[in-house]
Amino acid sequence: MTAADPVNVRLRQWQRRALLVGAAGSLIALAGLLLEGWTQFLRSYLYAYMFWTGMALGCLGILLLHHTVGGKWGMVIRRMCEAGARTLPYMAAGIVPVLLSLPVLYIWARPEAANDPIIHGKAAYLNIPGVVARSVFYFLVWTFYAYRLSKWSTDQDASGDAALIDKMRAWSAPGLVIFTFVTTFAFIDWIMSLEPHWYSTVYGAMFLIGQVLESFAFMIALVIVLSAVPPLREYMTKQHLHDLGNMMFAFMVLWAYLSFSQFIIIWSGNLPEEIPWYLNRLRGGWGWVALSLVVFHFAAPFVLLLMRGIKRHGERLLKVCLMMLVIRIVDVYWIVEPAFYGQKIQIHWLDFVTPAAIGGLWIAAFLWQLRSRPLVPLRDPRLEGAPRETVAF
Amino acid sequence: MRLRRAMLETKATGQVEIYGLMAEFDTPESLLAAAERARQAGYREMDAYTPLPIEGLAEAIGFRRTLIEKIVFTAGLLGATGGFMLCWWMTVVAYPHIVAGRPLNSWPAYIPITFESMVLVSCIVAVIGMLMLNGLPQPYHPVFNVKEFERASRDRFFLCIEARDPRFHTEATREFLESLKPLEVMEVES
Repeated sequence: MTAADPVNVRLRQWQRRALLVGAAGSLIALAGLLLEGWTQFLRSYLYAYMFWTGMALGCLGILLLHHTVGGKWGMVIRRMCEAGARTLPYMAAGIVPVLLSLPVLYIWARPEAANDPIIHGKAAYLNIPGVVARSVFYFLVWTFYAYRLSKWSTDQDASGDAALIDKMRAWSAPGLVIFTFVTTFAFIDWIMSLEPHWYSTVYGAMFLIGQVLESFAFMIALVIVLSAVPPLREYMTKQHLHDLGNMMFAFMVLWAYLSFSQFIIIWSGNLPEEIPWYLNRLRGGWGWVALSLVVFHFAAPFVLLLMRGIKRHGERLLKVCLMMLVIRIVDVYWIVEPAFYGQKIQIHWLDFVTPAAIGGLWIAAFLWQLRSRPLVPLRDPRLEGAPRETVAF
Repeated sequence: MRLRRAMLETKATGQVEIYGLMAEFDTPESLLAAAERARQAGYREMDAYTPLPIEGLAEAIGFRRTLIEKIVFTAGLLGATGGFMLCWWMTVVAYPHIVAGRPLNSWPAYIPITFESMVLVSCIVAVIGMLMLNGLPQPYHPVFNVKEFERASRDRFFLCIEARDPRFHTEATREFLESLKPLEVMEVES
């Protein structure tokens, strides 16, 4: 898009503001680091970093899913998802402080872990060189898919070659499987290993689906705002909104399903090595956070997103998306932070600064990437043809 | 029944009773435009027949919200409540057994049943309610008396203005439909 394009002017303005928020947030976070010490800083940093990296990963997940199964809903958010996925190499820089000080956050990385028979048994997998090497590998795989798919998508703008659609599909279908595996291991290494005695097989999927959900909320909010100006104004229909709302609904219910499956299996088993994860997250004030998740992460959006009148109405759907984004941060906080504080809720002021700092920088990078290509894949034949090719759900 | 009655009436009076007038279009865009024009002209009792879903067509022919969503939502609530209460009654009232040291009212164990009975009851009610509200199954429908109509499931788009519309008039409505530039306008025998 050209510099004078009204949508570009708007995006550039947002980018500048996001950068400003990110820079100011980073300075305050830096002050917090000096005042409160490295340990507290890293604790507050980890969950915010996971939320925003999850946003980029969710974008890649949606992109792979869309290329695999098709569907008109994906055409209007495809460029946003490509831009979000292309921020993954920048997010790689963000994991460096965590990897440099693994013993500060992770019990298994400390020397005394050698005396713990359970952690010792897992040492072949859970060791510092292993986690560092795997983290590099994860980012290489993600970056490869993000840039490969973006490149073909840009080629399509130039040539309009229909064979590229098949090519993207052929790479995305196995890519979706690889992505799910790689991402599951990343979450095991970075978050689940905070409590190394505990394990859950549904954990990776649960966390990943939550992140796809937050990306959906973010992207839907963005297209609703951008559909006020060209070029999206010409392409967005109420049916697109309806379909995107349904996708968000589906992922929200899937998140609830996976979260509840994990809960009911551990609750039914009632085994001493499994229940501490929930005890840490339900006692000492954390129970209220968990209850807020049941209400605002499941019950309220479930009822709201059932209604046709909300899914087909931009402003109303926008509000649901914003609610979803806020409660997603709460969910990531609830999953990550109790690992440090045990059965007592502790909210530090840095916990409010870090999401704004990383978020500002991420959004600025995302908008910068978004502005580098046309906002819709103009020469993909699936974009045109409204109202003929309506996807009826 | 209706077919036979129509045939008898035809024999008796020598005149065919008309269900409506049908216009045939070859693109979804022209059908959509025609439906909008017909609605602007004041016609309400009409229906469109297409081989694929068309964005905005339902609104153009005057799509009305029905009671079905409220019925299904209520059924879902009742199903969920019923499932939960069933579990509660069984484990607390009818067969109170302590299992694994848990309290009698162990609600997490009820949730799968609650969810399943919500889905079951709302699905059954949705199907039955839908059939009751839309009058299906309908073994006889007059539109099939038009020979060309079989292409409605392949590549043609039809708009039918029905005779029960208060504004319907055989001649005037035919003229109106002709003005929409269809491929053809056909009479639909009742």
